[in-house]
Amino acid sequence: MIIIETKNLTKKFKSLVAVDDLSLQIEAGECFGLLGPNGAGKTSLIRMITAVSPSTRGEIRVLGKDLKVYARQVKAVLGVVPQLDNLDPDLTVLGNLLTFARYFSIPRKEALRRSLEVLSLFELEAKRNSQIFELSGGMKRRLLIARGLINQPRILILDEPSIGLDPQARYLVWQKLRELKAKGVTELMCTQNMEEAAALCDRVAIMNLGKILGLDTPRNLVAKYVGKEVLEVEVDSTDKEKLLKELKERRLDFEDAGNKFFVFHNEANGFATLANPEKMRRRPATLEDVFLRLTGRSLIE
Amino acid sequence: MRLFSWRFIRVWQRNRDVFFKLWRPEITGFVVEPIIIILTMGLGLGAFIGSIGQESYIQFIAPGIIASYAMFSATFECTYGSFVRMEYQKTYDAIIATPLNVEDVIVGEIFWGATRALMTGTAITIIAAIFGLVSSPWALLIPPLSFLQGLMFGSIALFFTSMTPAIYSFNYFFTLFVTPMSFFSGVYFPLDQFPQIVQTISWVLPLTPVTYLTRALVSGNIHPGLLWSLLLIVGIGVVFFMVALVTMRRRLTV
Repeated sequence: MIIIETKNLTKKFKSLVAVDDLSLQIEAGECFGLLGPNGAGKTSLIRMITAVSPSTRGEIRVLGKDLKVYARQVKAVLGVVPQLDNLDPDLTVLGNLLTFARYFSIPRKEALRRSLEVLSLFELEAKRNSQIFELSGGMKRRLLIARGLINQPRILILDEPSIGLDPQARYLVWQKLRELKAKGVTELMCTQNMEEAAALCDRVAIMNLGKILGLDTPRNLVAKYVGKEVLEVEVDSTDKEKLLKELKERRLDFEDAGNKFFVFHNEANGFATLANPEKMRRRPATLEDVFLRLTGRSLIE
Repeated sequence: MRLFSWRFIRVWQRNRDVFFKLWRPEITGFVVEPIIIILTMGLGLGAFIGSIGQESYIQFIAPGIIASYAMFSATFECTYGSFVRMEYQKTYDAIIATPLNVEDVIVGEIFWGATRALMTGTAITIIAAIFGLVSSPWALLIPPLSFLQGLMFGSIALFFTSMTPAIYSFNYFFTLFVTPMSFFSGVYFPLDQFPQIVQTISWVLPLTPVTYLTRALVSGNIHPGLLWSLLLIVGIGVVFFMVALVTMRRRLTV
């Protein structure tokens, strides 16, 4: 069953096209990852799907409902974890959860029960009466995720869920996200953390400049765009020309990163023209290689 | 046009909860200060002025202070208060990801501003009554009037907030509009001393009908002409309510 669907979705800010004619289908129960550099359009896409930002063109359906007509009903079943902390600094930790539950019209008693439940889920019980400014960055992040669960959402939408978390907290969050998925919650997350995407997502879309450049399971994406392994070859100016020629003659799939070559889909071991084979390193291919291949190695501002 | 729903009450409840956590410092600004002004100006300045019409000066300014401080309450709430929630705390962003829409947030803010005006107006009236400055049971209508003017001033303030690029810009609003208005609305002295042109301008200022009505309710001098004041408050209120809804929605919907 398709739970989120966009058709020809476009978002423009004046002359900037943040999301460009994007059509996407997300299956119920999957964890779907949106990967992309800054400015790729991930957050804009998520803001449209969560009905807080109107689209310039195109259609969004969540649970089969047109978002333009049923924004309230859809928002009632979404759990949203934003990228930036928007916890309510005027309220305590527990106050934040109770007040948020009230936005969903959850009765007081049930709200208290659920608040304590999500606090214990993210190991924040001891902080229930703390002020928000007393929390560490990681605690705020966990509280934001806990808050997103207060309405027992069918779809959880997370913008950079583990940003600013230490490894312990990150594993806790990942574990909870896996448990939620096992319970049938659909997850849509933006991330720049490849390890996170590979660890959690069933399918991943790599976005840049408002478009999806590749979409598949992490494993298939790696197989398709970079192969099983990547050869990294360090080159100096004397080697470079010769190696470049050999790579082209052998029709190898490679990328020239200045003083380094990345060679993909290469089952051969060595290069005849390479003077010093110690400058060659073979390693398993990762999603990060796919990401960099598709979105480019240069810095995007 | 998309309108608001009953859910705006959730925003109102959120603001109420926060207010009752922090009410002590708030009370000093909106109750203690006006009482000091009534007493010092009423007794101090009043000693030189003697009486205005049939009333002593302190009896004259008490309803003016009720009206203007209720106005200040709603205005501060829907300028600085709303701006901080919107821009610094990102509270609105969090709320509109729930079943509440932008319109519910806007209306919740205005109703909360009106509630602040109600609390201030009522508190000062009670204290003024204790000092014997309220002479008519009509004064029981001051709380609903404070609420009504709070809706009007909250809407005006939120309209300005929707146009405000940075928090410093509120200086313009207060220095060029709010403070002058409190001097030309019959709060501290009667308007009939001014040249005709100033009197005419003063009737465009939304605090003037409020002061006029409050004074009538405190003294019990009720006459049909007061309906015009009421109509003005409702009219200006409705216009700015709609305008604030539109301009604020434009600002929040990106």
